Amino acid sequence: MADPMKIRANVVGDSTEVKVLMSHEMETGQRKDAQGKTIPAWFIQNVTATWNNKTVLSAQWGPAVSKNPFLSFKFKGGAKGDKVTITWVDNRGDKRTDEATIA
Amino acid sequence: MISLPLRLRTTVLRTLRRTLILAGACAVAAPAVLGQGSAVDEIAKYRAALQDGNPAELWEVRGEDIWKQQRGPKQASLQQCDLGLGPGVVKGAYARLPKYFADADRVMDLETRILWCMTTLQGISAADSRKQLYGNGNERKSDMEAMVAYVTSESRGVAMNVGLSNAKEADMYRLGEKMFYFRGGPHDFGCVTCHGDDGKRIRLQDLPNLTTKEGAQKAYTTWPAYRVSQGELRSFQWRLYDCFRQQRFPELVYGSDASIALTMFLARNANGAAFDAPAIKR
Repeated sequence: MADPMKIRANVVGDSTEVKVLMSHEMETGQRKDAQGKTIPAWFIQNVTATWNNKTVLSAQWGPAVSKNPFLSFKFKGGAKGDKVTITWVDNRGDKRTDEATIA
Repeated sequence: MISLPLRLRTTVLRTLRRTLILAGACAVAAPAVLGQGSAVDEIAKYRAALQDGNPAELWEVRGEDIWKQQRGPKQASLQQCDLGLGPGVVKGAYARLPKYFADADRVMDLETRILWCMTTLQGISAADSRKQLYGNGNERKSDMEAMVAYVTSESRGVAMNVGLSNAKEADMYRLGEKMFYFRGGPHDFGCVTCHGDDGKRIRLQDLPNLTTKEGAQKAYTTWPAYRVSQGELRSFQWRLYDCFRQQRFPELVYGSDASIALTMFLARNANGAAFDAPAIKR
C-alpha cells in the first residue's frame, strides 16, 4: 500500500492554504530499465480535496508531474478544527486518502 | 579495447590534445566568474523554491513509524535504543554523534548505532539488518534511510556538539583528519582535492571547503538530504560512500571505522552550528 501523505492546512485571512506532499513513484512510461525494456507508466491520475463534504479541488494529473509531488492550493472558507480530506487515484487503480485538521 | 594502428592512434591523440588545449584557452577567455555567480544564484533560488514541501518529510514520517513498530524475532521496537543520551531519547541525539558507546566498546555514528540496536534489541541478524541500506524507488525502500530521516529530524535546530573527551573518540578524529588529507587511488585523489579550497565546483554544484569552519558547518548540518535527481533521501554514510566512488577509492564499507572516522572529523568540525537537516539538494 502507498505511504501516507503529509498534509498541512492553515487559515490565511478568509481562506485556507493547504500543502500536500504525496509519496508516489510517478513513472512516466518513457524510461527504460537496464535490460532496455520500457518501464510502464505509473502515475497519479486524479486528485480531489474535500472540506465539509464539499469538493474544493479536483485535478487530473499526467506523467509530467514529478516524483513525490508537492501540491499547494487555497480555497475560500475553512475554520480552525475543520477537516480537509485529500484523495488520489493512480492509473493502476491504487488509491490513498488522508485527512488533516485545519490549524 | 580499441585497437588502432599505431600511427593513426598517435594522430588521434595529437588532435585530441590540441582540441583540449583549445578548449582550455576558451574557458580562460570566457567570463567564468560572472557565469558561475549567476548559475549559483539560480541554484540557490531553485533550492529555496523546493524548501517548502521537502519530500524528506515523507521519509521522516515513515521512519518514525518503523522506529516505533515491534519488529524482529524479539518483537521489540527501537524506542529503547540508546543513541547516546539514554534509552528512548531521540531529541537532540544526532547533534552529539558520532560518540563512544561503552556497551559496544566502539565509536559509532547514527547508522552504525541503529544497526547495533536492531541486532541487540530486536534480535535481527547482522546480515538482515544490512539488507536495504540504500533505497531504490518504491519497490525497494530503505528502512534505514527512513529511520535516519526520523532521528536526524529530531535534532533540527540543535547546536552540533560532538565531544572528543574519550581517547577512542580523539583517535577517531585524528584518523578521520588523516584520511581527509590522504591522497591515493588511480587519480591520486583525496577529499582535500575537491574540498580544500573556496569556490570549487563539479559542473554547477558548489563544493564546500571543508577545511574552513563555515564550510564544514554548512555541509555537515545539511546532511542527510533528499536528492531531487535521485528521488531518494540519502544518509551521511551514503554521502561518504559516493565520495569514495567518485574518487575511485576502494568501496567504503557501510559502518566501517573508516566511514565513522571521516564522519567524526567532519561532525566535530561543525560544532557550534545549528543542525538543519534533512535538507533538500539538487
